[in-house]
Amino acid sequence: MTNLSVKEKDLVRSFFTQVSGKLDEIGHQALSRMLTVYPQTKTYFSHWKDLTPGSEPVRKHGKTIMEGVKEAVNTIDDLPAGLVNLSELHAYTLRVDPSNFKILSHCILVVLSMMFPGDFTPEVHVAMDKFLTNVALALSEKYR
Amino acid sequence: MVVWTDAERAAITGVFKKLDYDFVGLNALGRCLIVYPWTRRYFATFGNLFNADSIMGNAKVAAHGKVVLTGLETAMKNMDNIKNSFAPLSALHSEKLHVDPDNFGLLADCITIVVAAQMGSAFTADVQAAWQKFLAVVVSALGRQYH
Repeated sequence: MTNLSVKEKDLVRSFFTQVSGKLDEIGHQALSRMLTVYPQTKTYFSHWKDLTPGSEPVRKHGKTIMEGVKEAVNTIDDLPAGLVNLSELHAYTLRVDPSNFKILSHCILVVLSMMFPGDFTPEVHVAMDKFLTNVALALSEKYR
Repeated sequence: MVVWTDAERAAITGVFKKLDYDFVGLNALGRCLIVYPWTRRYFATFGNLFNADSIMGNAKVAAHGKVVLTGLETAMKNMDNIKNSFAPLSALHSEKLHVDPDNFGLLADCITIVVAAQMGSAFTADVQAAWQKFLAVVVSALGRQYH
């Protein structure tokens, strides 16, 4: 499990504060792109009546995802403990193949880069990439 | 045989029209070396790559970023035959440079992130999908001649 340095945690927290006003849009964009660019991910949402970008289920779920990421930022000092409920959800109920966490993480980074090109510096990029990798690991904790 | 729709071709050529090769080349390769530091193993002759500032200020990184982008342009110009037109480049990366093919995907992700920054909202989900497909074909072609 990679450990984030103090500096990296600070970078994640401060960048997240900067973008916190746009969390819903970020979540919506990232999820839309995941479903469009990596259509195999649609298999997890066959119960939705509408998977198109802009639709109500996609917007709502994008928001849910970013609320989870916000929770992770707040528990950045101990992600497995902080995300234990979400991990159980993903392990026992949703059973999302962990390779998809990487795909969604990449889409989140693309959207952050697109919406905040000046603030998404290389240092912020590596800190966020490490952070999301750690979140994915914490979410897969209970898988087996 | 890769099949491209007209919309995909238009999206990809559209991205290239907007690309600042110097900016994207330096930033994509630079970010790859910063975010995935193990990739520095392939650039021992580039001098100082010790931290983000020295990487982004390194003239050899900038020059090589442009080489990578020019290679991508070749793929764009040979979109219906990327596998064969990239065979010599694939052999080069395997036999001479000894690059682990997993690294191609890492650089591709960085290129996408920098293109998104440059294009902003013009980098729609559909454009990203076409671009991702294009990069996936390039990455696959580069790994083709490994044995």
